[in-house]
Amino acid sequence: MSRIDKIFENRKAFIAFITSGDPSIEKTKEFVLEMEKAGADLVELGIPFSDPIAEGPVIQDANIRSLSAGTTTDKIFEMVKELRKETDMPLVFMCYLNTVFRYGYEEFCSRCEEVGIDGLIIPDMPFEEKGELLPITKEHNLELVSMIAPTSSERIRMIASEASGFIYVVSSLGVTGVRSEITTDIRAIIDEIKAVTTTPACIGFGINKPSQVSEYTEYADGAIVGSAIIKIVAEHGENAGKYIYEYVKEMADAAHS
Amino acid sequence: MENGRYGIHGGQYIPETLMNEIKNLEKAYEFYKNDKEFNEELDKLNREYAGRPSLLYYAKKMTRDLGGAKIYFKREDLNHTGAHKINNCLGQALLAKKMGKTRLIAETGAGQHGVATATVAALLDMECEIFMGKVDTVRQALNVYRMELLGAKVHPVETGTQTLKDAVNECMREWTKRPDDTLYLLGSVMGPHPFPMIVRDFQSVISREAREQILELEGRLPDVVMACVGGGSNAMGMFHEFINDKDVRLIGCEAAGEGVDTDRTAATIATGTLGVFHGMKSYFCQNEYGQIAPVYSISAGLDYPGIGPEHAYLKDIGRAEYVPVTDEEAVKAFEFIAKEEGIVAAIESSHAIAHLMKIAPQMSKDQIIICCLSGRGDKDVAAIARYRGIDLHE
Repeated sequence: MSRIDKIFENRKAFIAFITSGDPSIEKTKEFVLEMEKAGADLVELGIPFSDPIAEGPVIQDANIRSLSAGTTTDKIFEMVKELRKETDMPLVFMCYLNTVFRYGYEEFCSRCEEVGIDGLIIPDMPFEEKGELLPITKEHNLELVSMIAPTSSERIRMIASEASGFIYVVSSLGVTGVRSEITTDIRAIIDEIKAVTTTPACIGFGINKPSQVSEYTEYADGAIVGSAIIKIVAEHGENAGKYIYEYVKEMADAAHS
Repeated sequence: MENGRYGIHGGQYIPETLMNEIKNLEKAYEFYKNDKEFNEELDKLNREYAGRPSLLYYAKKMTRDLGGAKIYFKREDLNHTGAHKINNCLGQALLAKKMGKTRLIAETGAGQHGVATATVAALLDMECEIFMGKVDTVRQALNVYRMELLGAKVHPVETGTQTLKDAVNECMREWTKRPDDTLYLLGSVMGPHPFPMIVRDFQSVISREAREQILELEGRLPDVVMACVGGGSNAMGMFHEFINDKDVRLIGCEAAGEGVDTDRTAATIATGTLGVFHGMKSYFCQNEYGQIAPVYSISAGLDYPGIGPEHAYLKDIGRAEYVPVTDEEAVKAFEFIAKEEGIVAAIESSHAIAHLMKIAPQMSKDQIIICCLSGRGDKDVAAIARYRGIDLHE
């Protein structure tokens, strides 16, 4: 059983996102360990990109902070290699396709396997385009996470039936970011996914309160939080560790209770 | 072309949230492109509103003074709104209307596409929001006011390099927020399929007319067909009907900025590498890790780090050639054609004219060049004055 499969075995998952290298590579390592200590089940490590078209202002700014600090894909690989000595928690990369493409699909995936990355989430690679990368990810034991959006409608079954690892269900239209209210009928989407696959479905985009986590994990297999954590990094910078711990603890407890 | 691919280029690399909408657009276009009523309506708008067909103008003085090939300009600058952009905007807005959309959003660099979009939105009674890099809103302040005058809301984009690519990013983000009633009216032969195909088809009116016009005027095809290239819409429109005429040389002129050996350039074919960005696989200016490079050109309309996928393909198969032209060369061409022909050409088009000035003298007098004069240069006058050290502001 893979590291990702294990987290869904007995309980609902709390998944945390962080932009690698914001404010520095060393700090990312520390923040990830804080999140694990606080109860996060999986961490998505964002690889910063110059033009993150699926991100709202909060994560866009984190990308800029990270790139300005000199973060590169290779430095992130090195960080993960170090991190792996201290944790067995599943780690996935969230990155744009050009990052993988320029590195070379084969080279990138083999480096991922070597340093202990468990999967990839690529927001600008939809179902129709995954064919060029999927076989290579499989060869290197990486899960290529599928995304389903509020607009997916008849595409839900097509995507879900071929999904593995977990499914990232986008809660709302638009880009990443904290929202006060989510109006999509996510439950109906989850039901449709469940009709065709046993692959766990986790909900992300716009989640920032423990009450939302409790609500969504009633019917979904996990909740994903990004922008709310990045906001803490933006506010506290290098000293964000203990604030991240406190916040993730509260959120993870909501998922696990 | 198959599945939106031009060789290895093209594709649909976009977030899942937009996939259904992109598929809807594809379906709608496949239907309406063969619909008699749609085509008649578009044709009528092109003739009675945009002022088509545009002239194929024989530049007698330039031909004489450059002393080589016979020079013709395809006068897209004479279209309503002053550039080729209207061709695509009328087509896409009409398509949007047929699809039941009520709102248009668009990116703009120099402001020409934004103005054309705002214009058709006013004409067809649609809501319109334009995204424009903040740097460009300063460079092209007059066009910002023009768009507002036409009823559009202009959003200055303050992310990234605050130029055209960032305006495209913001449009994509905006479209994922509100896909139902909105069409992203993409301004160039770029982005995810079907945009490169749709924009090419609507811009192909340029070469359809030019081919007929030159056959009528000269009784033969031209030796060279050329145009400036940013994303590449006027070039694709200018090339398309000549692609199967194997003896016609196709030349795209890229913005080299301060030179292709500097980092102040926007010449994608000369300095770029293969990548996946803005929904398409193509060539991009980027670093070894795939971070998109900040690009530079005096021309806001060519200041884009990528090139449309069909151009990338034409380059790969050797059907078209792409050459870099510097700011300085373009400005000289801008001044030259003004004095020679009494035409103030857009600084974008002046890149093509600059290369024409290099090749025409080397060609023989019985050879023919058609150069796309993609837009008029009123919008550039103040910027060129400043480039020449004259403190002039609009």
